[in-house]
Formats: sequence, structure tokens, C-alpha cells
Amino acid sequence: MTSTAPDLVAGFPFPFPNATYRYSTNVEPARGVVTTPAGQWGDAVVDVDAEYHRELDERAAILEQDPSRYAVLPHMDVACWDAMLCLMRELALARPGSFDLEPVAGGARPSYRWRNRLLDIDHTFVLGDPATLPAEPLAWITSQVQEDVVLLDQRDGTLFGDAGVVTFAADWSFGFDVGMSFLEIHGPVPRIHPEGVITRAHEFLKGLQPGETYRRTNWTLTIGRRLDVSTERYPEWGPDRAMVRTVDDDAFGRLVHLRTEVQHLVRLPESGAVMFLIRSYLLPLADLARVEPWRARAADVIAELPEDMADYKGIATYRHRAAAWLRDHPHH
Amino acid sequence: MSTTAPAPTAPRTATPPTALPAPGLPAPLGAGERLALVVVAVDDSVPGVRSLSLARPDGGALPSWTPGSHLVVEVPPGAGRERRLANAYSLTGETVHPSAYTVSVLRRDPQEGAAGGSAWVHGLAVGDTVTTTAPRSAFPPVQRATRHLLVGAGIGITPLVSHLRSALRWGRDVQLVQVCRGGRGAHLDEVRALGGDRVTVLDGRAALAAHLPALLADQPIGTHLYTCGPADFMDAVLAAARALGWPESRLHLEHFGLAALDPGDPFTVTVTGGPTLEVPSGTSLLEALEQQGYDVPHLCRQGVCGECRLRVAPAASTGVHHRDLYLDDAARAAGDCLMACVSRALPDPATGRAHLEVSP
Ligand code: FES
Repeated sequence: MTSTAPDLVAGFPFPFPNATYRYSTNVEPARGVVTTPAGQWGDAVVDVDAEYHRELDERAAILEQDPSRYAVLPHMDVACWDAMLCLMRELALARPGSFDLEPVAGGARPSYRWRNRLLDIDHTFVLGDPATLPAEPLAWITSQVQEDVVLLDQRDGTLFGDAGVVTFAADWSFGFDVGMSFLEIHGPVPRIHPEGVITRAHEFLKGLQPGETYRRTNWTLTIGRRLDVSTERYPEWGPDRAMVRTVDDDAFGRLVHLRTEVQHLVRLPESGAVMFLIRSYLLPLADLARVEPWRARAADVIAELPEDMADYKGIATYRHRAAAWLRDHPHH
Repeated sequence: MSTTAPAPTAPRTATPPTALPAPGLPAPLGAGERLALVVVAVDDSVPGVRSLSLARPDGGALPSWTPGSHLVVEVPPGAGRERRLANAYSLTGETVHPSAYTVSVLRRDPQEGAAGGSAWVHGLAVGDTVTTTAPRSAFPPVQRATRHLLVGAGIGITPLVSHLRSALRWGRDVQLVQVCRGGRGAHLDEVRALGGDRVTVLDGRAALAAHLPALLADQPIGTHLYTCGPADFMDAVLAAARALGWPESRLHLEHFGLAALDPGDPFTVTVTGGPTLEVPSGTSLLEALEQQGYDVPHLCRQGVCGECRLRVAPAASTGVHHRDLYLDDAARAAGDCLMACVSRALPDPATGRAHLEVSP
């Protein structure tokens, strides 16, 4: 049995192109379509799927309960407008029937008409004039996309995470990281420093030209269809890691999800900030196993993963069971 | 040349970006994509300076750009120019979804040793087609600055025009000093109309020398200084700022370093046991190999991901010009590998021959 909507399987960005997984600076140009045994993903920078309304409601509830998930340092005002305009444009490219961004007037004070038919929004605004928006630009647009957003300011040869809305973090805390440099944010990740993965990524991002858009993927396992596994809520989800070891096989396959993050990196033109988009996709092992090549590959990768990496991902206590579960559940 | 195990998914297919845009707004550009633009207006009202407006043939909006950005314009060979030139010119117009890109070019005389790019620009007419890169940013405003102090001389005013425009749009504190002669300077009227009393015009370098110490001493903490103009002018401005204790992190100059977009010189490559291929200027080794049907693993095409590494036979090669971010110093020094997406052959200093022998 499955409760996963068909488009969530068909559009699932399966994160294992190789038989083993190691950290790498796995960036590639955005928008390239990847075909998978179940369907395809990758043509859109901002993706809208069957979870759109549910995830936006969840984000609103999280923000209401914990306002620290939304932060904008004062100098990031331009970047927030920039991000809003860019995300509107990407929504319109992804789903022209549902979203539309239309220039109304150009010049020093350009204005635009924004239509979001899924949320019944039809609104005209003037770029840079907060009085013409119903909310702050970053707050408004992140109530209309499923992606988490972090905006990085570049100065003194370094990128700083100085604004963002992050409600679906996987084991980190945006509230804690606001204002930190890109290198500090990645401080605790094992292996990446000696291997130069993050310094290379940092150099690469600093060289992004206006409008250039790249992407990479990351992954972990999550227990339950839980998007918000942030450090702040660890007391709520942390015990699941022990609990899941005691459930029966059926429940295990439904509870444990492969979680893929598709991250897009965009150089915003007006502010020169780098926009980091993080979109999280969850697929239960029970559904993953229905796609035979995914089942076999995921079992191999999860079983082979070095212990320090499994530890950092927080999956060390149950990943071998996950690999074994996948091995034992070929699809018939 | 693929050495990785086959993926369980079908191979990644390179599909072009999904067309087409909502009316009016530009489609996303592919990596390294060039723009074919049409000259829609020329303005020669300032002696020696030609301002060009370049638009999409269909009149639609162009990609937005960061204040201080430049366009790299391709100048075809001809009229004494043996090779294609790539000239960088600062953008001076609107940054957000502009209907045209505007650049201003000072004519430099080929008879006096100039390469001929500016003379070519001065010969363009309305209706001509020009090939450019997308805007490139190397001189952006610092968002955290408490004040933006812009100091330009001569044609060096051009990147500061967009800084001024942006600072005014976003309510940033800004001051601009333009040095020109006899009250005539590129963009002078425009800058005055935009900036009003935030603009100071100085007649000649002597006036600047008299004005500079007081100007630089009297700025709030957190002011950033941006300067563009002749090299000796920028040197003088920066020296005055340093003498007053300005930290380097608050000093910014535009010097049009072109290293990042250098198309590179042509060279030849032999794939061990295979034929010898030409790699022309502007084509990467990776692209040249792909055109011959070789399947080289790759992701970023930017020298960062490490996927496209090839082995080099040092004895059979003239040397590697490494341009990637991936290899460490030891790997570079060994000269036995390279990243095919960005790196090229280094010519033999004695013969000038540039050649590589590579294998997967
Ligand atoms: S393709 Fe990424 S380093 Fe060459």
C-alpha cells in the first residue's frame, strides 16, 4: 500500500548516479532533464507538485510557531526583491498555465503584474516599493514556493548566509547559522575539508555570473514524511531513530524515507547575491522498492556508506536495516 | 572514454532550456551562451565617444545585470585586425529587464597602436548585428556599505553610472565625483540629472588632486570607494585613500581583467592511439573531443566538479595551461592530468607549438 501521489514518484530526483556515494562538488548547469526509470525531473528550477498546498500550509504553521526560521539582515533588502522577482519568473517558466509574471512598466521604477492561479493571487507591484506588496518580498514569495531559500551576500571574497526562509531543514538550524560564512556553515561536515569540496564550491559560487543557475543534489534518510527535521525540533523527531529500530518490517518500509535535496544556485542580478534554493523530496522505501533499479542501487549505496558519513547524516543506527530491507523487498 | 559504472537511470540527456518565455521577459541563458544583438541607436554627442544601444531583434527584454557589469563584444577580424578581438565595455543603462544594453566606447586610434576594437565600434551603424556575451559582473556594489563613493575619470565614468542608478533606486547613500576636461565628459548630463547635488564635477586632474584629501578624509565609517579611469588616475586615488588609512576591503577598482573569459589560443591534441585534432580558440578540449564522438564524463564545464579529468602524457605534450579550480598544486606540477572542460595546451617556448597527448 502506498499513500504517495503518482507525480511524487514520477518526479522523484533519485540521488545516486553511482554505485557508491562520496562528497563531491557535484554541480551542473540547471534545467537539464534527467530521465529515470519512473519518469523524469530537473527541467524546472522551482518545482510545483501535488504537495504544493500542504507544504505551504506547513511552512506557514512553522513560521507562526518559530519566527526565527525567517531572517533578513538589513543590507539584504535588495537581494530579497531580487529573489522574489527571480522566483516569480521561475514559477512562470515551470508552470506557465498557473503562474505569470508580466512587465507592466520599465525604467527606473519597473512594475510587474504577478498572477498565481493556485493561490488566487493577482497583484501588481513596483520593484523596490514595499508599500506595493502585501508582505515583505522574501516572506511573500516563500509563501508561494515549496523551496527553502537562503540568500548569500558576497563581500571580502566570502559568501555570508545573511537572509533566508528555512522551514524544512534536514538536521541543521537556519536561525543559528544566519550571518555565518559559507565555510562556517559547513564546518561540521566530515571529510569535506581535507577533500577541498567546500572550498571548491565556494570559489565556484563566487565566480557565478548574473543570472547563471546551477544545481546539485544531496540526500539523507528521514523517518516519517517529516519535512521539518531542524535542530530546533530535535526533541520531537530525534527519538524516532530509536523507535524505528523496533517496528516491524511493514512499518519500517513505510516509515523510512529516502530524502533528496535538489539545491539550485542562482546569481541574482541586481544585488549580486547568490540564492540557494533547497527543495526536499521524500519517498518511502516501500515506494522506492517498486522501482527495481532504484531499490537495488539505493541498497548498495546505503550499505557501503562509510560510518563517519552515516553518522553525520544521523542514519548510522538504522541504515544497515534500511539497506537490508531494500535487499529483501524486490518488487514482484 | 567513460570509465564510470553505468548508472541505473538512463543517461543524462542535455536538453536545451525549455522555451519559451512569458511575453516580454527573456528566456534563461545557457552556460556561455552568446547574444546576437542589433544596434538600435548610436549617440556621438560627446567628442570621441560613441554610445551604442543594443537590443534583441524581437525587441523583448534582456537579462538583468549587476551594477558595474560589462559586456564582452566580439570584434570580427578585418581592417588590419588579424584575429577576432573580445573587448569589454561597461554597461551604463537600466539593470532590471532592460529593453536595450547601452555601452559607451572611447575611440582609440589604431595608428597609435590600439588593437582596433574601438574603431570598429565607431564604424557601426543602426541595424548592424553585434555578438556579445551575457553581462559579466566584476565590479559590484557592496551591499553592506554605509556609503558608496564613486570616483571616475574620462571614459572610466561608465561603470559608475550604473552604480549611481542602483544606489538611488535602493535608497543607498551615494556620492559621485567625475573628473573631465572643459566641462565635457561622457554621461556627464545623465549623471547630473540622476544624482543632483550628490554629484561633483571636477575639471582636470589638478582639481582632483586638490579635492581628494578632504573628500577621502571626510567619509563615514563603512564607506566603500569605487574608482575607474586611466591606470595612473586610479593609482593616485587609491594611494590617497591608503595614505588616509582606508582598508583594502573598502577599495574597489575596475580594471577589466579578462582572464576569466579568455577564449584561449588554438592547440592540437592527440588521443593516445587515435587521430590528432585541432582545438580552436573559443572551443574547449572537452567540446573538441565531444565533437569527435568521444564520451568524456563531465558535469559542470567550469573546472570545479572534477569529472572531466584526463591523463596527459607529459613527454608527448608541450605543457598544460591549467585553468580549473579542481586540481591541487601537486597535481598541476606533475603535469600528467588536466580538466578538459577549461584547461588547454601551453606552447613550447622554443617552437611555439602547442600540443597535448591525452587518455582517459
Ligand atoms: S566538467 Fe567539471 S571539472 Fe570539467
